[in-house]
Amino acid sequence: MGDVLAFVELREGSLRGASLEVVSAATALAAKLGGKAHALVLGGPGSAGAVASAGAYGAEVIKVGEHEALASYVADGFAPEVAQAVREGGYSVVLFAATAQGKDLAPRVAALLGVPLASDVTSLEVEGGKVVLRRPIYSGKAFARLSTEVTPVMATLRPNAFALREQAAAGQVESFAPQIDPSAIRTRVVGFEAAGGDLDVSEASVVVAGGRGMKEPDNWNLLEALRDALGTDQAALGASRAVVDAGWRPHGEQVGQTGKTVAPKLYFAVGISGAIQHLAGMRTSGTIVAINKDADAPIFQVADYGIVGDALEVLPRLSEEVARLRAGN
Amino acid sequence: MNIIVCIKRTPDTETRIRVAGDGVSVDSSGVKYIVSPYDEFALEGALRSREAAGQGEVVALSFGDKSVAEQLRSALAMGADRAVLLEGEASMDGLATAQVLAAELETHDAPLILFGVKAADDDQQQVGPMTATLLGRPCVTAVSTFEVSGDKVTCQREVEGGHEVVEVSLPAVLTVTKGPHEPRYASLKGIMAAKKKPLEEKPAASKAPQLRVEAIELPAERPDGRIVGEGPEAAAELVRLLREEAKVL
Repeated sequence: MGDVLAFVELREGSLRGASLEVVSAATALAAKLGGKAHALVLGGPGSAGAVASAGAYGAEVIKVGEHEALASYVADGFAPEVAQAVREGGYSVVLFAATAQGKDLAPRVAALLGVPLASDVTSLEVEGGKVVLRRPIYSGKAFARLSTEVTPVMATLRPNAFALREQAAAGQVESFAPQIDPSAIRTRVVGFEAAGGDLDVSEASVVVAGGRGMKEPDNWNLLEALRDALGTDQAALGASRAVVDAGWRPHGEQVGQTGKTVAPKLYFAVGISGAIQHLAGMRTSGTIVAINKDADAPIFQVADYGIVGDALEVLPRLSEEVARLRAGN
Repeated sequence: MNIIVCIKRTPDTETRIRVAGDGVSVDSSGVKYIVSPYDEFALEGALRSREAAGQGEVVALSFGDKSVAEQLRSALAMGADRAVLLEGEASMDGLATAQVLAAELETHDAPLILFGVKAADDDQQQVGPMTATLLGRPCVTAVSTFEVSGDKVTCQREVEGGHEVVEVSLPAVLTVTKGPHEPRYASLKGIMAAKKKPLEEKPAASKAPQLRVEAIELPAERPDGRIVGEGPEAAAELVRLLREEAKVL
């Protein structure tokens, strides 16, 4: 049939950027398969009012399930509803963003439907009538090209790997009221501490990451200044394991094998030596810039551009130059 | 309370990956294998939980070929009581793996089942929640620490935007990420004891994978980078290159 479903996340009342990328990817894929792109959103009552933008990125139909129990993400509430919508819609392909929520939700939906799942996909092609997915393995040291005979094909898409493309479509909103048995929800959030509204490192298109070369935690204001110059709407802070273990930065910023894997279009590794475990988390970034006092630091092997120098001296000038460039636009 | 920890044998993270002659797998010759790092955090969590409770059995379970016994012995050396090796061919199809594990797990009486949040080779983050779904158990993913109290588990999670505390009732599945407690090293005494602990090998009830690997490819060589300059004076040139050459600013 060729229709592609994009699962779209609501966050604080609006559709997430990473999800809109999925809508764009779904639209492009549906065109190759001779079908249409649909979007599916789940949320609390009134959510239907927030979803229209999915139409601007190609969704012909936007299905919205509204229920009190779905006001915030909960796996036991969301997974069965998504599975049901997939069964009813007869989709050829179902796509999610490989965000923390997507990575929690998609495997459960796949298991409910009895279909395999390709995670963290970086490209989708149609070859000989079948969907071929490409995804990084071994922390990006290699890539696997995968295909399946099963439908629907299910995948989570890596944030920043698929371009956001405006493509006006009907965007017809269809609300439905899921029947949810409260006792089916078996987990309960009993505490939440917000970490300040900063953009998460795994979603940012620019990352400014600091390591031991920053000398002390107080110097992080220099990295924050660079981040601010680059724009807080697109840039986020990252950190090496060493400074997280030392308690200078929160674990949520850690990039690397036991931290987050990120692939922004631009990655600054500042005062980071470039241990293999760190590279595992960022080696597929678009452009890598290294700033390090040691010309022999391994980070320079993977960097596209480097400055040899003391990060504490280079950063203020770099922030100035970036701010000047952006102001000149 | 009995706890089962599902572990995976993965190449050491420093391994240089080479594509095997068949083009659809990775060359394993000369590769050193380890217990996937997040699985070690799961084992550590299980052992601490057992220590806090003062009783219960920790079982290590894995699916793969006979060589997986090496990693199960490592888990026994860390302190697991016994191990089970489901013999069969693992693949990149996480659902196929989950089906094998679920079939085995159903025969055990373990209120708590743990996984590492993701495997260091395939990086898919799916087998834990898939297995939980097949077992009909609730699953909390990416748990940094957890505490069992009666029939409830309180889990700490780092989520986008902050830190969350989630409660789930047993029986449950957790997937574990890096937490405040480093996985313990196996002591010499532990390594010796591991040789005598039970390691049961049985055939896995496996089905053919439904995800086919068409090819394994190495990434295009990143062209050699260059040092733009030294010290703060190089900043202006760097920004110019990022704008005009790399086109990322």
